[in-house]
Amino acid sequence: MLMSLAAGAGTLALAGCDRLARNTGVDALLRGTEKLTVRSQRLLLDRQSLAQEFSEADLSPVFRANGTQMPDSEEYTQLLEHGFEEWRLQVDGLVQRPQRLSLAELRRFPSRTQITRHDCVEGWSAIGKWQGVPLGLVLDAAGVMPGARYVVFHCADELERTLDGSGRYYESIDLLDAYHPQTILAYGMNGRQLPVAHGAPLRLRVERQLGYKHAKYLMRIEVVDAYGGLWGGKGGFWEDRGYEWYAGI
Amino acid sequence: MHFPHGLHAAAQSRPARARLIRRHSLTVRVAHWLNVVCLCVLLMSGLQIFNAHPRLYWGKYGADADKPLIAVGSRQDANALRGFVQIGSARVETTGLFGVSGENGAATARAFPAWLTVPSYHDLGAGRHWHFFFAWLLVLNGLVYLVHGVWRRHFRRDLLPSRDQLAPRHLWQEIRDHARLRFARGDAARRYNALQKLSYLVVVFGLLPTMVLTGLTMSPGLNAAFPFLADLFGGRASARTLHFITASLLVLFVFVHVAMVVASGLWNNLRSMLNGLYAINDDRE
Repeated sequence: MLMSLAAGAGTLALAGCDRLARNTGVDALLRGTEKLTVRSQRLLLDRQSLAQEFSEADLSPVFRANGTQMPDSEEYTQLLEHGFEEWRLQVDGLVQRPQRLSLAELRRFPSRTQITRHDCVEGWSAIGKWQGVPLGLVLDAAGVMPGARYVVFHCADELERTLDGSGRYYESIDLLDAYHPQTILAYGMNGRQLPVAHGAPLRLRVERQLGYKHAKYLMRIEVVDAYGGLWGGKGGFWEDRGYEWYAGI
Repeated sequence: MHFPHGLHAAAQSRPARARLIRRHSLTVRVAHWLNVVCLCVLLMSGLQIFNAHPRLYWGKYGADADKPLIAVGSRQDANALRGFVQIGSARVETTGLFGVSGENGAATARAFPAWLTVPSYHDLGAGRHWHFFFAWLLVLNGLVYLVHGVWRRHFRRDLLPSRDQLAPRHLWQEIRDHARLRFARGDAARRYNALQKLSYLVVVFGLLPTMVLTGLTMSPGLNAAFPFLADLFGGRASARTLHFITASLLVLFVFVHVAMVVASGLWNNLRSMLNGLYAINDDRE
């Protein structure tokens, strides 16, 4: 009898949990500890603390491609067909000198090569070698204005088909992470040009955060003082769908 | 033989010459029940998270193209979806429970079934919210319990086995007694037995800290702050596997713990963990 009581209680509790889980008030309560997590992580993390870097021997033999693997738009197809010669990275928003940078121009910046581990929120990890320009250098070239707080990344791919564009991938990070030495705009992967499946021609690396922050198919970088006005207002595609903005955990 | 009125009835509910002692402090009791709630939610939300990528690896990395140590999956055969658990190269079919189970009436590919996950439906984002909230609660609760345990000497007095309890002969006798569900009476019941002490120590100072540390190792942020943790566990993928294995050991502990609680006097044990009072009977067996 005890066992059936326990089983019954368990089922009730589970059904109750589901109802609680669907309640926005409860979800907000549960997310209350996110601020605690960010604050304590930032306390422990030196501005310059580097994510682990590895050697060539540690490279994943096959680096899983996730999310979009080929953007579905006419625009992207055209760019790809012409080897991204017409592609320009637009840098605007709260900057003194808006930029339109070609791949060749990006390659002329000092570059950083790093062998790091990509941790997906799903649980898998892969180690790859990335080469690109530190984001901080691009931001300095554009001249970040006072009052700026975040850097938003607009991408070419749509993870959801929508009429208003809200299915397009986008992400954002704050200036602390933007100027971190390992935050780079990568155009090379594993010694070759960044493949389409992994975000050609340019993707973001933010090595102290989970994989969904590492936006692919970058088209435009926008410096802002707040990301609340964009799309779902949570600062990123997956954030608008319930994931944390600070993906250090 | 003539029994005075009432004594016969009393003999059924509580043995003659039983006395109540204070067994668990308030802090221990509160921490205990808080832990029960936390571990339940952490387990079930953890399984939700695991379902997102039900493959465990060993080493510095691991994804679909890499060989898993443990995997739960599904495959479509002639006319049905079949679930399986794979450990190493050994595969066991588990359709209906692991790998494939019913969700809203249909056979769904999911590692752990809906009745074991929070939320019951697929929602990794929500699972993480539950998991991290209760992880914080667990850690804060644990810190209070640890401070209390050291400061109030709970660990030294109640959990540290005494010399006589560690003698091999004594330990062996305890194992036999446990197997026969023979429990201490009288003064011997005032303290935890050696097996209890050892298992509680393993849980408090071994399993639970390992859960926390392996969990923190999976955080990219904290990995940058404490890279030696990943190295300690043999890589981030290993830490994830250890997180799962340690959780399984905790589940095993809970099963044994609850069984023993039931077998050695359910009401007495429950009462002592609720209001702190535990009945010691002085009967000789």
